[in-house]
Amino acid sequence: IKKDHLVEYFRAQMMKDPDMASAVAAIRTLLEFLKRDKGETILGLRESLTWATDCLTGVDSSVAVSSGGELFLRFISLTSLEHQDLSRCKKVMEERGELFLEKISMSRTKVAKLCHTFIKDGAKILTHSYSRVVLRVMEKAAAEKKRFSVYVTESQPDSAGRQMAEALRKLNVPVTVVLDAAVGYVLEKVDLVIVGAEGVVESGGIINKIGTYQMALCSKAHNKPFYVVAESFKFVRLYPLNQQDVPDKFKYKADTLKTVQNLSEEHPMIDYTPPSLITLLFTDLGVLTPSAVSDELIKLYL
Amino acid sequence: MADSGETGGPVKKDGIQQAKTEGKELTKEEKQRLRKEKKQQKKSKEKKDEKASQESEKEKKPVSSASPASQPPTQPITPKAPSAVPTLVPVPASETPAPADKPAKSKAEMKAERRARQEAERASKQGKKGEVGQQAAPGKPKAPPSELQPVVKRLPEHVQVDNPEVLKKLAKKLERQQTPEYNAATKVKIPLRSDYGYKVSLFSHLHQYSRKAPLTQQLSIPSTVIHPAIVRLGLQYSQGIVAGSNARSVALLHAFKQVIRDYTTPPNEELSRDLVNKLKPYISFLNQCRPLSASMGNAIKYIKKEISNIPSQCKEEEAKSKLLNCIDRYIDEKINLAAKAIAKSSIEKISDGDVILVYGCSSLVNHILCEAFEKNRKFRVIVVDSRPRLEGREALRRLVQRGISCTYVLISAVSYILPEVSKVFLGAHALLANGYVMSRVGTSQIALVAKAFNVPVLVCCETYKFCERVQTDSFVSNELDDPDDLIVTRKGKTQLEHWQEVPSLGLLNLVYDVTPPDFVDLVITDLGMIPCTSVPVVLRVKNVDQ
Repeated sequence: IKKDHLVEYFRAQMMKDPDMASAVAAIRTLLEFLKRDKGETILGLRESLTWATDCLTGVDSSVAVSSGGELFLRFISLTSLEHQDLSRCKKVMEERGELFLEKISMSRTKVAKLCHTFIKDGAKILTHSYSRVVLRVMEKAAAEKKRFSVYVTESQPDSAGRQMAEALRKLNVPVTVVLDAAVGYVLEKVDLVIVGAEGVVESGGIINKIGTYQMALCSKAHNKPFYVVAESFKFVRLYPLNQQDVPDKFKYKADTLKTVQNLSEEHPMIDYTPPSLITLLFTDLGVLTPSAVSDELIKLYL
Repeated sequence: MADSGETGGPVKKDGIQQAKTEGKELTKEEKQRLRKEKKQQKKSKEKKDEKASQESEKEKKPVSSASPASQPPTQPITPKAPSAVPTLVPVPASETPAPADKPAKSKAEMKAERRARQEAERASKQGKKGEVGQQAAPGKPKAPPSELQPVVKRLPEHVQVDNPEVLKKLAKKLERQQTPEYNAATKVKIPLRSDYGYKVSLFSHLHQYSRKAPLTQQLSIPSTVIHPAIVRLGLQYSQGIVAGSNARSVALLHAFKQVIRDYTTPPNEELSRDLVNKLKPYISFLNQCRPLSASMGNAIKYIKKEISNIPSQCKEEEAKSKLLNCIDRYIDEKINLAAKAIAKSSIEKISDGDVILVYGCSSLVNHILCEAFEKNRKFRVIVVDSRPRLEGREALRRLVQRGISCTYVLISAVSYILPEVSKVFLGAHALLANGYVMSRVGTSQIALVAKAFNVPVLVCCETYKFCERVQTDSFVSNELDDPDDLIVTRKGKTQLEHWQEVPSLGLLNLVYDVTPPDFVDLVITDLGMIPCTSVPVVLRVKNVDQ
């Protein structure tokens, strides 16, 4: 199966359901790849799956795609030693792949269920950029007949915050769009801050759209709770010590990485928020403190 | 092992019955707890009634001379001298409080003698308990509280140095520790090392020894049968010739290998039980020379477990070679290969242009830096050093030899130099179960200043140094080094030469301190990179593995 087909399929998946997380689309693509693969050995299979994941990160360089791919590989390859026959092995892998996919498509609902109780009646929420998980949480809270209002940052350079504001207006939630620079100004009016995450790292910190770190610092200074909502397939085996330590391949969009020579001229798309600034993480594995994330990661990956 | 020849003595506490009914397999901690209770009961019983001299074992204990003299120690301090609660079929239930048909000779002397006999017997039958696993001197509270009964927790005696009763007990215990009685002449007497100089009151509960009075001077030949390799090792420890957590553990394991090679099983004894008994006085001796480190403690636990797991049908030669292999494998896996794994992970964290700060001399950190230099990373190192050990000079020597560009400062200049630094690499002596890092004194200071400057602090530590202890401050358990080390002669004048004569002056030479996990950003272990708060997770995973 050639690279172009793969990328085609991936893009098709993304377009088919814009509400689906990019990682889920990637995993679907990998599952399809697995079904069509004509490899003869387990090792060959693993190698081609790794190659496929790399292709997909070439299309969409977000952290979630690479973490989703790695988790998928791990999830299915735990069977590799049980069966002698390759085709039977593949069948089991495919079943497990389907199972995995089913589990993670439920994850957003689980997260929303856990988080909406933290939104009290009359609350004022601050959020950053466009996150589908946060949107789902607010949908659930609105469905529970809670009255709340939302401040969204504009989130340059792609103005994704406006998209979020549109979606919230459709839910009849009063929403205000603020400048990225106005976060400190607005925080005294706000009760809590909820953001999504592109990736959750081993230390319990998160990688998210640029501007999140600032928001976290300001909320710490104002003593406002800073909540993160993320599905478990976003847990990734990175351990950045500071902003510089985040690998370049995640910081910039995939097209930028391919075309631009001097990356220091480019503006990074993501930043890293250390765990000391985060109050709680809501995941489909439960409500976690940042130090518990490492525990969960050890369970997932080892 | 739980249900054996325990004929119910009249004074069985409910707890013990409860334990038996509650589960077939008592955990080791529960067994220890039971033993302590039995001892307590027995002591109270002995005050009331006599014990039959059922112990048919010969007991010409030299201890009996000691015992009537001193106040009978209430309970032996360590879990090492337990009343053999379960099994011990050969021993005709020396524990069972015998029914009261004693010859009415309620003389204190007879009682004391009998007790001494029993204790010596118990000490000799240690091996069956296998992994009672703690060193002699630091006593109990490693045993977690049992759910069975609330039991009085006793402090380890190595932090009760200012309590004279505890010292007396320790003296007695050292005398009692000996090789099995089949040869009365080969009893090992480990002398008690006495403290030196005035101790600062905050640390008066710890030992403070002088380097000029090594323990080996007090050993008399030929009545001591401590293996010469161990004597040499003890001397090397106390004089500071072998220093550093890894070096000490490796030296200990090599010395034990020598002991095992020279060991022959005495007749009518099993290797698995006897060898463990043999090792006990050695461990007490080493502890007297210099308190054992956490890594050494874990190594000893491992060896004892391996020894007691040797099946009884195993021939001696086979058993010995198996043990030697185990020890070699332990050194290889836990120290050498771990260092390689840690170096591999750390190199990812070292980027070109980095300025790395290191403190003192950690073999692991030096290894990492040398490996990174081999892999052509461009960085420079700042070595921070402190008196009185000045270990940084050794680290400096090793790094400069490889060609790494280094800067050398004393710890008083650390806040001056920190704005230049991009990362701090620290070694650790032990990682405690609540995430605190125990390391050379001065480490927590460096971590604190680094945090204030927002510089990431990385601690490198192998998993065999993880220990189950919990400590939140550096006072409760530490080591005091020779205070005379602080005396320095400049321009021919030694100001502190007569410090002992000044009554209000105390010299304090601490060895370790404890760093809270908030100051540490990352711990690199052979299992991977973990945050400091995940140390109990690793301990849990390790226990599951074993």
